[in-house]
Amino acid sequence: MASVCFYFQVHQPFRLRHYTVFEKSPRYFDEFKNASICRKVANKCYLPSNRLLLDVIRRFEGRFKISYSITGIVLEQFKKYCPEVMSTFDALAQTGCVEFIAETYYHSLSFLYSSDEFIAQINKHSELIQQLYGQTPRVFRNTELIYSNALAETIEKMDRFDAIITEGADHILGHRNSNFVYRPPNCERLKLLLKNYSLSDDIAFRFSNKGWNEYPLTADKFAHWINRVNGNGQCVNLFMDYETFGEHQWEDTGIFSFMYHLPEKVLEHPDNNFMTPSEVVDTYDAVDVVDVPRIISWADTERDLSAWLGNAMQSNALHEIYKFEKLIKQTQNEELLADWRRLQTSDHFYYMCTKYFADGDVHKYFNPYESPYDSYINFMNVLGNLRQQCTQLLSDDDSKVLSETS
Amino acid sequence: MKIFMLGWEFPPFISGGLGTACHGLTKAMSSLGMHVTFVVPKPVETDSSTHVKMLSPLQCQPPKASSVSKSREILTEEEIANVSFRHIPSALKAYTTPEYYEHKIEDILTLRSRQTVTEEGVIPAIEEWLHETDPIMPAKIDDYGDDMYSEVHRYAAYAVRLALKEDFDIIHAHDWMTYPAGIAVAAVTGKPLVVHIHSTEFDRSGEHVNQMVYDIERRGLHAAQKVIAVSHLTRNVVISRYGVLGEKVEVVYNGVEQNGDNRMLAFNRVGIRNDEKIVLFLGRITMQKGPEYFLMAARKVLAEEENVKFVVAGSGDMMHQIIEMAAQMGIGHKVLFTGFLRGKDVQKVYEMADLYVMPSVSEPFGIAPLEALNHDVPVLISKQSGVSEVLTHVLKVDFWDVNEMANKILAVLRYPPLQMTLREHGNFEVRRLRWEGAAEKCRGIYQEMLTRV
Repeated sequence: MASVCFYFQVHQPFRLRHYTVFEKSPRYFDEFKNASICRKVANKCYLPSNRLLLDVIRRFEGRFKISYSITGIVLEQFKKYCPEVMSTFDALAQTGCVEFIAETYYHSLSFLYSSDEFIAQINKHSELIQQLYGQTPRVFRNTELIYSNALAETIEKMDRFDAIITEGADHILGHRNSNFVYRPPNCERLKLLLKNYSLSDDIAFRFSNKGWNEYPLTADKFAHWINRVNGNGQCVNLFMDYETFGEHQWEDTGIFSFMYHLPEKVLEHPDNNFMTPSEVVDTYDAVDVVDVPRIISWADTERDLSAWLGNAMQSNALHEIYKFEKLIKQTQNEELLADWRRLQTSDHFYYMCTKYFADGDVHKYFNPYESPYDSYINFMNVLGNLRQQCTQLLSDDDSKVLSETS
Repeated sequence: MKIFMLGWEFPPFISGGLGTACHGLTKAMSSLGMHVTFVVPKPVETDSSTHVKMLSPLQCQPPKASSVSKSREILTEEEIANVSFRHIPSALKAYTTPEYYEHKIEDILTLRSRQTVTEEGVIPAIEEWLHETDPIMPAKIDDYGDDMYSEVHRYAAYAVRLALKEDFDIIHAHDWMTYPAGIAVAAVTGKPLVVHIHSTEFDRSGEHVNQMVYDIERRGLHAAQKVIAVSHLTRNVVISRYGVLGEKVEVVYNGVEQNGDNRMLAFNRVGIRNDEKIVLFLGRITMQKGPEYFLMAARKVLAEEENVKFVVAGSGDMMHQIIEMAAQMGIGHKVLFTGFLRGKDVQKVYEMADLYVMPSVSEPFGIAPLEALNHDVPVLISKQSGVSEVLTHVLKVDFWDVNEMANKILAVLRYPPLQMTLREHGNFEVRRLRWEGAAEKCRGIYQEMLTRV
């Protein structure tokens, strides 16, 4: 049996506007840029993809299933800038063939710095999903598929998730492959769904690469590769950015037509089917324990944290932002709290990455800055102002309290 | 491969990047086994020039004519310090007019083109001409600039004379002062000419170009079989403003020499407290380098941050204006002027600096940022510079955007991880920009020219 499990990541950060150290305004985000990017990607990717998948789901009457992880902040932007995307996701949710996965509302790296914040952001996200789509997520994925045994333990303690999704990195699997369900050590309830990065990347990265010896990739060929899993696996976890469709791979590469035809080709084989992550968890037992003592992610070839935490600027910026969690929460000001959390989005730290900067590559995609240094300067200037706002507010409160008591 | 190279200056007697570039390039060429004969208008005797055969006009005056091909003796630095070169240029200040030179060279070329004379016939003709113009005149030392054109043309005449006694494959001329010499040597010897453009008249003078300089540049760029530009920025200027065909113009980026002496020198922080940060401007104080933008940014920085000094190292025609400007802005006590620095002093000032700023309005390349990075100093450069094409681990800003310039200066002063990351990556990046690469690229261009001939 080969159950194909699609999970699409939907995310857009709140990009900062150009913010010099001389600025005094507490407006940090670039409304215009965020709105125009959101609308552009909606027209190229979210809307056509949603319509296409809705069409396929209806055509197969329950035999084609998919799942999404949609961040809280991209949902905020859809609501504000292109509500029609909201209604197409709503239509997808109502088919009963779509599962929504839990993650941190702000697509943050909070797990690494503050477990209080981490749990608060997961809860905030689950509440929003429940409110919008009437589902309480049962499967969790962390930002950038960052994962370790410690993360599994934290999630297990929340006592409401059945599985975690992460990268099927070679070094954690050893001789095993990602096409089975596994479990973390020291956990009773949780299972692990591991990304089949080879087949996922064939679609996400290599689809339009004319230098690839499998080019062009047809639905037939891909279905054939899935058939081969039969006998050596139970599930094929195809996890990728939703922006693959129409944005990373443009429409003229034939990506939409590929997705349109893939389900029927996969279903031609009697042993194949499509499942959502929860169904995979319910259907298959964990075959083995996968031990991940050190943190992994889905990024780059290193599969580590170096894209967000690889240089002194990144580590400083992250350290600084979590350093004033207490201060922010003391103010009990919802706006300041929201701004502070929006600054935690992993993209801000990704922009500061100097790893591949000189070579220019995937790291430059969607990067609004000319250089990692510019992004760090901008971020630190914003953070400086936010800190000022907090201390100002707190000292105002203090003097109020003082004047009231005197 | 033998190269007859025409230059205008050579370390340590330099006024800008041209001499540094010629030194680095020729040194690398020599290490690649290329033979360079370097012709300069003034004698150079220094340990930095031992890798090339240096020829200067004094060496080809009639009584010494036979010693031309002999390498100069190496003198120690102390001895150089005792040599005054001031009087040398006066020897060149003969009142030959450019028109006379052109007339004469035409005569020689006519002789040659008729091919009725052998080389032996040409040499006497040139000898005769040189003899006429040669007398070491006790000329008054007047404004260098006024006499530049005559000097350029006299240099050309000497170069032709030297060239006839040298054996080489290629003529390589650096900047407009040597272009007439390059054209003349090429015409007389029939060897291919490549002209190297380190800076154009538009960089130096903005839109107020000196027509005569422009004409010389244009003639050189058109006469050469190949043009080497120091950046794509300059290549574009050569194509769009001089009407040179794109296929003829190659880009060869400058390099930087490995900083061998990395030990810390004794600090001499005159007028600077230890807790003060230092932001450095190092370059000629001229319109091209944008010193006024540096001051405007300094004022904005000082409004936010007390503990910082701005050091302006260099001299130039805007020096007084800039000193006055600093005073008028009320930041005179925070801006230090060091005058023109050389050698050890340059190293010392780099070691003190927390940030090097190059706010150039128009910079064909800009070697100084590479030297700053080589000294572990983070760098902020204007986007209007050729060097910004090759450096990624630096801060960049439009020269006119003083607000952003101040923003970035403040960031370096306030956020230590920024300085640290810039320094680490910048130093790593600059180590890849070696003169050997530039020399290798020049060799490729020469070979292409020679096979085509």
